Amino acid sequence: MQRLQEKLAACIQRGDKAMGLFMTSGFPDPESTLPVLREMDRGGADFIELGMPFSDPLAEGLPIQRSSERALQAGVRMKDTFRTAAAFCAESNTPLLLMGYANPIHQYGIAAFCRDARNAGIEGFILADVPLEEHLPFAGEAAASGLGLVHLIAPNTPDERIREIDRATTAFVYAVSITGLTGSGLGAIEHVETYLKRARSMVRTHPLLAGFGIRTHEDAVRLSRHTDGFIVGSALIEKVETLWNHESKPPKTHYEEIRRFVRALKNGDKGAEEENP
Amino acid sequence: MEKTHPLPDERGHFGLYGGVFVPETLIPAVEELRKAYEAARKNPAFRQELDTMLTDYAGRPTPLTFCKRLTTTLGGPKIYLKREDLCHTGAHKINNTIGQILLARRMGKTRIIAETGAGQHGVATATVCARFGLHCIVYMGEEDVERQHLNVLRMRLLGADVRPVSSGSRTLKDATNEAIRDWVTNVRDTFYIIGSVVGPHPYPMMVRDFHRVIGDETRRQLREMEGRSAPDAVVACVGGGSNAIGLFYAFLKDPNVQLYGVEAAGEGLNGRHAATLTQGSPGILHGAMSYLLQDEDGQVQLAHSISAGLDYPGVGPEHAWLRDTGRVHYASATDAEAIEGVKLLSKTEGIIPALETAHAIGWLPEGIRGMAHNEVVVVNCSGRGDKDMGTIAKHL
Ligand SMILES: Cc1ncc(COP(=O)(O)O)c(C=O)c1O
Repeated sequence: MQRLQEKLAACIQRGDKAMGLFMTSGFPDPESTLPVLREMDRGGADFIELGMPFSDPLAEGLPIQRSSERALQAGVRMKDTFRTAAAFCAESNTPLLLMGYANPIHQYGIAAFCRDARNAGIEGFILADVPLEEHLPFAGEAAASGLGLVHLIAPNTPDERIREIDRATTAFVYAVSITGLTGSGLGAIEHVETYLKRARSMVRTHPLLAGFGIRTHEDAVRLSRHTDGFIVGSALIEKVETLWNHESKPPKTHYEEIRRFVRALKNGDKGAEEENP
Repeated sequence: MEKTHPLPDERGHFGLYGGVFVPETLIPAVEELRKAYEAARKNPAFRQELDTMLTDYAGRPTPLTFCKRLTTTLGGPKIYLKREDLCHTGAHKINNTIGQILLARRMGKTRIIAETGAGQHGVATATVCARFGLHCIVYMGEEDVERQHLNVLRMRLLGADVRPVSSGSRTLKDATNEAIRDWVTNVRDTFYIIGSVVGPHPYPMMVRDFHRVIGDETRRQLREMEGRSAPDAVVACVGGGSNAIGLFYAFLKDPNVQLYGVEAAGEGLNGRHAATLTQGSPGILHGAMSYLLQDEDGQVQLAHSISAGLDYPGVGPEHAWLRDTGRVHYASATDAEAIEGVKLLSKTEGIIPALETAHAIGWLPEGIRGMAHNEVVVVNCSGRGDKDMGTIAKHL
């Protein structure tokens, strides 16, 4: 968890907004996940969330649903996710988190999961269907393994509960920007900003990052005015999906395009052009 | 409504099972629901409103029918049927949708959503929405839209917007995912009427409370007809488990009453089936910890049953607890046994049961073996079979 904390602290100190990027393990296919993660890293990700595919991802919109289904159809299992994670962590210092749902972890065994995650070099995890009410067994094992457990808040979360979540979370507070699924539109941006301002005033202990519905650099700039950073998932998944559906083009250009897409998310169109390896 | 056993606890746990495994966005909604239901269940005016609608609109109490020819044919204990098939809309499901719609109205919710498998819950939801002029959206797997087409037509006639779900299993599991996604997206004005004793707390408790009228009536009726309020055995089919818990609840405290829940064994327990409690293991799906059909990696497996209403890889958390404590025996019946059950009840009693119910009937010849002639068995006739005639016709 320390690498993630240090990374976020460094971003905050520099006055930069941290960029977290989500990618489903096993997507677009089991062999390509690792090279995709590399490009996300080179493109400027401050941390990466590796999605653990689940058969019933009930907080996801269509792009991430499709990516999970595709990964599962390709036979991706938890041990493959750990293998990909370990390979990534061996070659990069960029913090890696796992994101997913409670059941695969429960089935793996929470303690065994935390142990294997730590051994792979993972910093922590985020579970979309484990609220404060149910987090203790997960938080206990995570802490015992030195892993973080990131909690989410939503626009309809009451003030006092946001404060409670700030106390319970480790690493950062994940502000879901809308009442909706991943990949939804942001809707009326003033509402999102009002909510993030409110959240900012409640979240005093941990960094605050906004995610869900962020598709462009402009969205990111606008939302992270009130937060320490932002997280992009569905837009990147869609980018990868489109690239890999173009069988005719060689994968090499796919990877370049991913890097450019990620750079543009972070720096705008200007940044996307600058190739500084 | 007094409780006959002190579960769930305040956080919705039945032992290890239950709870609220939902995205943060839904926490305010389940919290609002929990408080509203807590207030309503203590409120005599709500109770009165509920009882009146169950009587005047749903047709309660439903009869308890002694099955003379079925009893003779099987040559064992005296068999009674609790006639939930005679409820308005043709199944027990309306007990619950009446309770939830009255609650939704009290909470000022204007948009109603539901999931459905067999379409019985969808019809029961569309019905109460029509009755109160509320907008109703029903999610239904594409496969079920096909095999329960009659119910799709009924829902549309009742004014509901039926949305076919094409993801995953294309049956009840994914219809439920889609309903939950809708709820997350429209959480402020939407009331989700769940169709069984599943989902996050307080649903499993609340839906049970709305169905316990089945068992409570049975006790009274049995006292009049048999001179004793407790039978020797009680049998019900188990999909999510609502008709079963509704009948069992009145007898949980009576250790002399044997309770049997019959799951769908589909093509057989070695093939594709929906026997969650018999063959599954503990896991987390649709907001609660319970038994689940899942693979080694915790991916939820596709269930299979000839009956759309039992074709679900999960089950209510209270049943998980009742299984572990041994209070209820869970058995199963195959697709073929269910078809035999339909034929048996139709020919001996002139009652065509739903394919779900037919699992309980199909299990009887085996299940009652060894019981004496003077013993009494009550079977929950959870629904009527009209909706299944297309499927049944293929197997006659
Ligand atoms: C007639 C009937 N019986 C039983 C069921 C199964 O549900 P549960 O186990 O919740 O009673 C259904 C579900 O659609 C049904 O329509």
